Amino acid sequence: MGIIEYAVDFYSLLVKSYPIFIQATALTLRLTVAALGIGILIGLVFAMMKISKNRFFNAIADGYITVIRGTPLIVQIFWIYYGLAPIINVPAFWAASLALAVHNGAYIAEIFRGGIQSINRGQMEAARSVGMTYGLAMRRIVLPQAFKRCIPPLGNQFIIGLKDSSLAAFVTMPELFMTAMRRAANQPGNALEYYTIAGLYYLALVVVFAFLVKKLERRLDVD
Amino acid sequence: MIKVSKLNKHFGPLHVLKDVDMEVKAGEVVCLIGASGSGKSTLLRCINFLETAQSGEIYIEGRLIDRKKDDLNKIRQEVGMVFQLFNLFPHKTVLGNVIEAPVMVKKTPVKQATEEAMALLEKVGLADKARSYPSQLSGGQKQRVAIARALAMHPKIMLFDEPTSALDPELVGEVLTVMKKLVQEGMTMIVVTHEMAFAREVADWVVYMDEGRIVEVDRPSVIFGNPAHERTRVFLSRVLEPNAGVFGNQPPGNEVCNLCGCKIS
Repeated sequence: MGIIEYAVDFYSLLVKSYPIFIQATALTLRLTVAALGIGILIGLVFAMMKISKNRFFNAIADGYITVIRGTPLIVQIFWIYYGLAPIINVPAFWAASLALAVHNGAYIAEIFRGGIQSINRGQMEAARSVGMTYGLAMRRIVLPQAFKRCIPPLGNQFIIGLKDSSLAAFVTMPELFMTAMRRAANQPGNALEYYTIAGLYYLALVVVFAFLVKKLERRLDVD
Repeated sequence: MIKVSKLNKHFGPLHVLKDVDMEVKAGEVVCLIGASGSGKSTLLRCINFLETAQSGEIYIEGRLIDRKKDDLNKIRQEVGMVFQLFNLFPHKTVLGNVIEAPVMVKKTPVKQATEEAMALLEKVGLADKARSYPSQLSGGQKQRVAIARALAMHPKIMLFDEPTSALDPELVGEVLTVMKKLVQEGMTMIVVTHEMAFAREVADWVVYMDEGRIVEVDRPSVIFGNPAHERTRVFLSRVLEPNAGVFGNQPPGNEVCNLCGCKIS
């Protein structure tokens, strides 16, 4: 078979599988958005605990980050979905997104901590000197500046999170990777093509996302 | 207005403030001078509770401040501070910097806060920069905005921590001019400074600090003319004309002060 014929075959496969893969993409995106949305909140809370002067909070944040960063994501997903099953039945979607959120939250906490600590101490002092409370100064003065510096590493973490959502396949989620696996199982002769197609969808998502991050970075670069 | 009594501050093994006593009455301008590391800035920061002194007392308007019980945020609203490195909020416009605390802390309506801020910016000569961002300003302009930001909370006293030390020499004057304006309006001020001419001109009292202690407190004419302590004399001769004293290196009978150019009577 010549390269042209192969390209034509591949193209028709791509078009034919389009509806189901788009559906799968939607699920991948829902998983990712839920995971990273919660992950940002978790990250923010643990970053604040980590920079707090309270030793108790420090210890909790350290423990969390150590355990979560130190164990594989797939173990965490299985732990919530299968491990907790006898106690509480977490739906597959939430098991996967929560595991992803908890997992990414640990990394995001470190990203936020780095961003907050990179802001000159003088900013907090100036804010306190005009009578702002610690919380208000954090929210109005330090965090907006820190967040801006966090965008590049945060974008990076989001890309990792998006791709890691493929592990949800192992708790029955029919997202992109699961869809490719099922197709490949039904048509072993086209396994290569289906996995390539899944890869292309991920690639497209990542490219679009990276572009959006870059635009956001430019837009926020006012000072 | 402010009284500091037996203040001691340690940074680890470093004893940076040693039994410091100081009193500033309403409307007075006190300039703190001394070599780097003598504790001037630390003293200022303790008064604003940005640093915690290990022992000693700080009274504001006659009331002893209890660091644990009193609301320090409330106290800081009444004690304005201007920093050496300006510390403007870079993500906010000049106007945004000035109205931030009145709006967020005092809950002043935005419209009213903006009017007041514009008046303050007018006063420091920067009304036309209200919509600019700090990064678009010169050092002198930044410091003037920082002064306006502190004034926006209607403080009863203003603390200046080497406000002109980070400025190019040609920009020092514009900041000092604004500060002199405040002096004329009767603002109570404590100024840590290396601008001896400024101290001589506007200070009611000059405090000379060395190695964490207050060595000498007196009227500027005494400190700069005939200080009581040898250490003060040595410091001043070093800071001023390296080869001349305050009135040195000049033909007798016709001396002009090396600090500010004034003639001696």
